Amino acid sequence: MSAAQWRRAMNSGAGRTAWSRPPSLPARPGPAGSAIATGTAASPVQSIVGALRTIGVRHVAVLLVVLVYPWVATPFFIYQIGGQALVLGLIALSLTFLGGYGGMVSLAQMSIAGLAGYMVAIFGIAGEAQGGASSLGWPWWIAVPIGVAIATLFATFVGWLSVRTEGIYTIMITLAIGVSFYYLAQQNYSIFGGHQGFNQVHAPVVLDIDFSKPIPYYYLALFWALAGYFFVKYLLRAPFGVALQGTRENPRRMNALGFDVTAHRVAAYAVAGVLAAIGGVLLTWYNGRISPGSVGVGAMLNILIIAVLGGMRHPLGAFIGAILFVLVQNFAIDVIARERFNLVIGIVFLSIVLFSPDGLLGLWGYVRTRILAGGVQPKIRGWGVGSTRREPARMRNGGTAADR
Amino acid sequence: MNISGRFWTWFWLAVIGLPLVVFVVWANLTNPRQFVSTLLNGVTLAALYFLVASGFTLVFGLMRNVNLAHGSLFLLGAYIGWVVGDATDNWFLAIAAGFASAALVGFLLQVSVFRFMQGQELRQTMVTIGISIVLADLMLWCFGGEIYSFDPPRAIFQTMPMVVVGKYPAYRLVVLGIAIAVGLVLWLFLNRTKVGMMIRAGVDDRQMLAASGVNVQRVFAITFAIGAGLAGLAGVIGGTALSISPGEDTRYLMASLVVVIVGGMGSIPGAAVGALLIGLAEQFGLSYAPTYGVVFTFLIMVLVLAFRPTGILGRRST
Repeated sequence: MSAAQWRRAMNSGAGRTAWSRPPSLPARPGPAGSAIATGTAASPVQSIVGALRTIGVRHVAVLLVVLVYPWVATPFFIYQIGGQALVLGLIALSLTFLGGYGGMVSLAQMSIAGLAGYMVAIFGIAGEAQGGASSLGWPWWIAVPIGVAIATLFATFVGWLSVRTEGIYTIMITLAIGVSFYYLAQQNYSIFGGHQGFNQVHAPVVLDIDFSKPIPYYYLALFWALAGYFFVKYLLRAPFGVALQGTRENPRRMNALGFDVTAHRVAAYAVAGVLAAIGGVLLTWYNGRISPGSVGVGAMLNILIIAVLGGMRHPLGAFIGAILFVLVQNFAIDVIARERFNLVIGIVFLSIVLFSPDGLLGLWGYVRTRILAGGVQPKIRGWGVGSTRREPARMRNGGTAADR
Repeated sequence: MNISGRFWTWFWLAVIGLPLVVFVVWANLTNPRQFVSTLLNGVTLAALYFLVASGFTLVFGLMRNVNLAHGSLFLLGAYIGWVVGDATDNWFLAIAAGFASAALVGFLLQVSVFRFMQGQELRQTMVTIGISIVLADLMLWCFGGEIYSFDPPRAIFQTMPMVVVGKYPAYRLVVLGIAIAVGLVLWLFLNRTKVGMMIRAGVDDRQMLAASGVNVQRVFAITFAIGAGLAGLAGVIGGTALSISPGEDTRYLMASLVVVIVGGMGSIPGAAVGALLIGLAEQFGLSYAPTYGVVFTFLIMVLVLAFRPTGILGRRST
């Protein structure tokens, strides 16, 4: 995408805000609104300054909590709950970016993450695998970039393939691609190590810090989770992000404005691929192993569940969903037998989809406006609170004739 | 333009067709037996895939509902059919039970859930995902992780003589026969009955159908029940050919997804073409390149999406 296109994205975003909103209406809160409102920021420096100005007490408080957390929690809570939630949240963040802002719900994000994990195991150091597959034993600082790069290429390919069809087909095609990858990993012994996969894929020791220990691993995961979060936040206000949201709202109109809709969508897949790949490497280190089970349908759906649980309208939703998911996963045993974890999470997911399509964040927004502030808000219905702005227009059946 | 268009058609035919012809000749010269038995396996597997995918594509074509719980309905029909077959010792009752139970569940789902979110395709899909998770776990709870197998009548469960390969399991040919019969019945139903006419009209234009006084919700419920019932029917038939165990739902969901993507979404003849392609690709892949078998399936999907994004017999959605 050229700089000229970016500039045009900026200008049209600003222009549209100026004339599309009647002056009497207050600016609608929410990610889409703020993204377009701040889309006029001319340079990264200005936008950083602008971002600093919006920092409130709650942001500092959350940052302090996540930083201090390892010093008060037990290793189980640091590693199994904290570390896992951050990493799963990072992978789910890639789906939130794609689905919530690009309007493309991809189920293959876990496959991309898993491919990165496989590549790290194959190029890096791993235990002996079944059936002749062996790792090359290269150091981590070569293996990890290679793994992330290959996974990103794969993500771009998935994007190139799935943007050829529209809306609801995306979910089918990405599911089919993901399941194909699962069967390939399971059947192929010479490269992917077959059913067993690779064992003993551990986080490296750098500068005498063993990143497979709970506290260093937690901070490693926290670093990348925060990096991913702020990267996505920044990108959504950048011209590319604004244009991407435009393609979600109305691809036809964006096309008429001179944007290459397909290029934006494929680029979004690539960006989400980087996030998923980093998450995949971290997840492989967390588990210490990678096997077809890590990229199976269950794992693919878990990422979707996490993103939907938290809510796909804000990057934060991915992490909130991940925390809830990991807590349910670990403590379902106290409510009902451990084997019935899927039942519990399935019912939780189903009730969220049925009753609060915007996830926990949507529920919170509803509670805040309806009960705490006593304001009048339309009943939650469909995807988005009765607003076309949040709902990917092309996902719906209706739409006007002009949109087709 | 016409000449260059014809050139590219021939070009791609040559690029894809020539290696295929070479492969067929080579395979027949070296080991005709393996080739023919793989071909038969491929066609009979395609028959099974068609049974599963036809219901999926029927529902999708009319309601634009990507029913990702289709695999779960397949497995549910198989389990219920097994219970009935075990109790009555009658395989044909098992088939009927498989069809009826899945159809009932499908009907209830459409009436109690999906009709309230008409038009919200993404949300419907999410709901089907949730349902598939819950159903899969409930079935695992009830039936455990064991492998169940059916006890069909002796007459159709023996080997029969066959050209080149010598002997071939008769049941696989029975599956092929059932698939052709179901295909014909579906064709007759869609083209010769009033409800079928409404369904076809609904595929083309739902609003217009509703405007002409048809109770669209009833048509939807009937279609969903038939689609789900076909999954249950395929569950018993597929379960007899192979076996039933947890995880089969994913396998057949995957199969119907790929078949429908390749063949064209919402088209029954497309499902037949897609099933044939995928069934053959899978069996030939397994037979001639064991550890890369799934790559062929994937390759077909990529090629079709690259050149005909709506599938071989698919049309642009309205």
